[in-house]
Amino acid sequence: MIQLKSQLKKFGLIFVAMLIGAFQSQAAKTHLNMGMVLEPPHLDPTAGAAAAIDEVVYANVFEGLTRINRNGEVLPALAKSWEISEDGLKYTFHLQSGVKFHDGASFDAYDVVFSLERAMAEGSVNAQKALFKPIAKVVASGNQKVVITLKNPTGHFLFNLGWGDAVMVDQGSSATNKSKPVGTGPFVFKRWVSGDRVELGPNPNYWGEKPALKTATFKFIPDAAAAVAAIMAGDVDAFANFPAPEMAGQFKNDSRFSVVEGSTEGETILSTNNQKAPFNDLRVRRAIAHALNAQEIVDGAMFGYGTPIGTHFAPHHPAYVDLKGLYPHDPEKAKALLAEAGFPNGLKATLKLPPPTYARRGGEVIQAQMAKVGIELELIPVEWAQWLDQVFRNKDFDLTIVSHTEPMDIGIYTQRYALMGAAQAVIAQDAVNGYLFQLAKLGIWNSNLSGLWENSPVQANDLTEVSWK
Amino acid sequence: MTFFMFRRLTALMVTLLVASLLIFLLLEILPGDPAAVILGVGAQEDTLRALRAELGLDLPAPVRYLNWLGEVLQGNLGRSYTYDTPVQELLLNRVELSLPLALLAILLSTGIAIPLGVFAASRHRKVADTSIMGFAQLGVAVPNFWFAILLILLFSVKLGWFSAGGFAGWDAGWFPAFKSLVLPAVALALPQAAILARVTRSSVLETVQEDYIRTARAKGLSRSQALWRHAVRNALIPVVTILGLQLSFLLAGTIIIENVFYLPGVGRLLFQAIAQRDLMVVKNLVLVLAATVVLINFLVDLLYAVLDPRLRLGFHG
Repeated sequence: MIQLKSQLKKFGLIFVAMLIGAFQSQAAKTHLNMGMVLEPPHLDPTAGAAAAIDEVVYANVFEGLTRINRNGEVLPALAKSWEISEDGLKYTFHLQSGVKFHDGASFDAYDVVFSLERAMAEGSVNAQKALFKPIAKVVASGNQKVVITLKNPTGHFLFNLGWGDAVMVDQGSSATNKSKPVGTGPFVFKRWVSGDRVELGPNPNYWGEKPALKTATFKFIPDAAAAVAAIMAGDVDAFANFPAPEMAGQFKNDSRFSVVEGSTEGETILSTNNQKAPFNDLRVRRAIAHALNAQEIVDGAMFGYGTPIGTHFAPHHPAYVDLKGLYPHDPEKAKALLAEAGFPNGLKATLKLPPPTYARRGGEVIQAQMAKVGIELELIPVEWAQWLDQVFRNKDFDLTIVSHTEPMDIGIYTQRYALMGAAQAVIAQDAVNGYLFQLAKLGIWNSNLSGLWENSPVQANDLTEVSWK
Repeated sequence: MTFFMFRRLTALMVTLLVASLLIFLLLEILPGDPAAVILGVGAQEDTLRALRAELGLDLPAPVRYLNWLGEVLQGNLGRSYTYDTPVQELLLNRVELSLPLALLAILLSTGIAIPLGVFAASRHRKVADTSIMGFAQLGVAVPNFWFAILLILLFSVKLGWFSAGGFAGWDAGWFPAFKSLVLPAVALALPQAAILARVTRSSVLETVQEDYIRTARAKGLSRSQALWRHAVRNALIPVVTILGLQLSFLLAGTIIIENVFYLPGVGRLLFQAIAQRDLMVVKNLVLVLAATVVLINFLVDLLYAVLDPRLRLGFHG
């Protein structure tokens, strides 16, 4: 009996200790569990196009000469400053001093030369090799200075250097970055439980300001219902890109969570194969444009998350021209145009749909809208690999839906913007694409969290400014 | 017995060879270029060419097939295109979850189903029988992903006893790892148990009609003694057949449950690999799974022999 009592006492003490521990950890919460739909295939942003790679490592593990911030602006990163020559061909970068890679190797001008030449090389497998096309040569001038000479002036060059594909890597570790990424960022890679999670830890030797978070775990949850349950159960603190707009409602009325609608750079379009009859006929393309009702698609397919567009530019882009009025929703006019083009009884076509929700569900709404003007669409769901092969490469399609993502520099090139505006009008006049909507970025996270990105000017989960209240 | 083993093993090898050819041909006609999937829409033609050469995709098909067979025979399952790690390693990581999960589910389902099935048979046409079979009918009808979501809502979201998914990993200690397998195992086991219980019941009902049961009763065994000692063992043959099929299914076919609980298992690896056109993972994984299924069937055949001496004798003939 006495023994039992002392046992109980012991348990009591442990319990109290645990309680204290719990309170302490609450006071200084420095860990974040971030949910993601897709698992990155590997963790080297310089060797693959998958957005999931950048969503784990960009700004957290790897850094470039410049970086893109939450507003799409270019900021200094590993280059603390730069000068651009009068003719716009010579960029001189001054590097941060005392920077070390996570494996202890020091970062200097020669690493910049190595990283950029590696990306530009003959056998390079960089998914955005075009970013480096304008570069004529990269020369180190001492340890802390790099001079990049361009073939022709490139307005986006500083922005381009801020892409995940242009991050700095070390010669010694570049071959193993896919499974064991070594960068210069504020977080170090800890481990990757394939299929489940990636864990990041603090970088004690970080050159810049240390983030409030010490550790972070990215958990990969492909299923929407599972994602909801994971947030509800507290297994993940945030889902920066929540996959299921139809389920966002239940979080809105729950004070434990913030539901944040932001914008992406993804313009969702109904792309027509304008090299193929009958879509080579401008009247048919215009008929399709008049038959579309973008707001109805946003409401029906995305549960209201998204902004209708009339051009391939994002509404938040400074050069955006509102051309939504160019082809107002007008089924009668669409029918007339079709009749004029020689299809008084309508026509049949196929619509190939890649896996994302916006395409699969948007396709159903579009099918109904087209049926009203006599265009009978057959929906063909395709996998991503099939889409790339059949639609993107071999142009074997009538219509398809795709979200076109190409981040743009938000700088001050006013003159160029005027030209961009004119170009938008021309492309929209030709009705090459049916413009649908700007994809929203729907974020759901614990309401005690702050500092996560609202919008995604580039695909990233930048954790450097995230903290718990 | 030795001759039987030899014949079965030869058949096993031939099956696997045919399977390998089939897998290779299927992947040949599968649309989609792995290099294009890895590099995306922004890729340049020369970058794609460089990657294809790096992956060995520029060689003619027969050469690639023979190269693959050669590698497999040396026990080398190649390197994943996307993960850039040996397929063996990926597979072993995933088996750490899938095998215990499958075994746990089988254990649960047999542990529930066989006693329930036998009990229902012993209460043939009574309330217990009808209600057990009613529940079994429900268990067969309920889709397991939906049942899984209900489990999560109750035990994770409401009660907070288990995490809603994910796998703690065996290095976190056996208890957290085991805990993360409980709900998925229950979700997997329920429909399996329902099927198994129905098969057990009808099989037992059939065997109790047999002459030897009457003989056993005549020599003085009670009803339940005759049932448990003679009928059940003979009734197990169809049950074992179903069990063999279920184990194969559990190892490969848990894609949905693994998605609902976001578990890093073999099924999800395969699913992801197909979507990413990681053909190296797909072909080797499918081959390994085919080998597993063939092997399980082989073991099931051996089990028949243990259960039914007549089959054992038949092997000599």
